[in-house]
Amino acid sequence: MRHLIDISDLSVTEIDELIDVANDIIDNPEKYQEKCKHKKIATLFFEPSTRTRLSFEAAMLELGGSVLGFSEAASSSAAKGESISDTVRVVSFYADIIAMRHFKEGAPMVASMKSDVPIINAGDGGHNHPTQTLTDLLTIKREKGGLDNLTIGLCGDLKFGRTVHSLISAMTRYKNIKFVLISPSELRLPDYIKNDVLEKNNVPYSEYTSIEEAMPELDILYMTRVQKERFFNEADYERLKDSCILNSEKMKFAKEDMIVLHPLPRVNEITTDVDDDKRACYFKQAKNGKYIRMALILKLLEVE
Amino acid sequence: MNIDSIRNGLVIDHIKSGKAMEIYHYLNLDSLDCQIAIIKNATSKRMGKKDIIKIDAEISVDVDVLGYIDPNITVNFIENGVKVKKLHPELPVQITDIIKCSNPRCITSIEQDIHHIFKLSDKEKGIYRCIYCDSTPKVTKE
Ligand SMILES: [Zn+2]
Repeated sequence: MRHLIDISDLSVTEIDELIDVANDIIDNPEKYQEKCKHKKIATLFFEPSTRTRLSFEAAMLELGGSVLGFSEAASSSAAKGESISDTVRVVSFYADIIAMRHFKEGAPMVASMKSDVPIINAGDGGHNHPTQTLTDLLTIKREKGGLDNLTIGLCGDLKFGRTVHSLISAMTRYKNIKFVLISPSELRLPDYIKNDVLEKNNVPYSEYTSIEEAMPELDILYMTRVQKERFFNEADYERLKDSCILNSEKMKFAKEDMIVLHPLPRVNEITTDVDDDKRACYFKQAKNGKYIRMALILKLLEVE
Repeated sequence: MNIDSIRNGLVIDHIKSGKAMEIYHYLNLDSLDCQIAIIKNATSKRMGKKDIIKIDAEISVDVDVLGYIDPNITVNFIENGVKVKKLHPELPVQITDIIKCSNPRCITSIEQDIHHIFKLSDKEKGIYRCIYCDSTPKVTKE
């Protein structure tokens, strides 16, 4: 039995296979609509995330399965003080697979140690969110035709942004990848990722504080949210947030075939005038999230 | 106790000077009722100054834990006054319930009856990471 706790639990070959299955689902959805008949997914969301939960539930429903679960800790047994271990032991009697989101880092790993059914980490605090990374990889493959030979700009909160950290560790496994890091100096990528991931794997990177300078060389611009609570004061936030805002004016500096990604939800870091640009791929990305989760459920349930 | 003439026991040697008490604590030596000598700042050709712990009893020691605390340590096993074995502990691949994860966002901060497990993530630098949250332990090691 396999779980997905961290993106590195999957080999490059397995990721390629998942992407192939997801593409086949997109092309031939009718082939898959009864694959998980009589199977159930439990979505245990100790921390609310409507978007991710609905994506898992839609994925299972589209495979012909059904869903059960809860959407916040207050409506679960955790509110009564039950441990993760006990919750998961019990839920694995009722469901064939579990997607868990939790505010504590490592909670899905604890669950995987006690569960009789596969566990999918649907986000554990600021730590990992592997199905977001799979979604990103599927989108890059579909839009750019492959995962090699890419210059990837990462913009926004690179210090606390877990989607950025996971994407970096996933992409360093592909050939000829270059990263361009764009963030205010307060929110720069942590040194341990630069040392342990980028430099250790000989992946080149450069750093900028504004989007315009970096834009011309990018194949992909991955935008993230800059959260107000990361700053000590309002003035710093106001001063810095503009350097990480993408608008149609800045898009003029980009290549014709560059793509813009964002894990969503956005606040104001991409102005709505960018949405109509053919290079804006963040809504396609959200749609792809369902298909890659369908492929993942099939894999973990070992459904042919 | 003549500290040079242990009959049966062990000598933990080449401890970085000043670290003897830390090791005393990790090995739970205060729970023993045998004679124990702690020698601080002994002169050493190789190290300049070093600490030594001599334990006059046959106890089993988790050598791997010593490797985590200080990989330069040597452990000499003494039987009938003769050194019978000398061990250089290596950095353990995994340490369980020796140190606690200090990350307040880690699941270990709320889950009951959980083992605190760290894995060696960088052998050269001796860096360990919590298996749950990937954070490095706060215990300062040089
Ligand atoms: Zn931890």
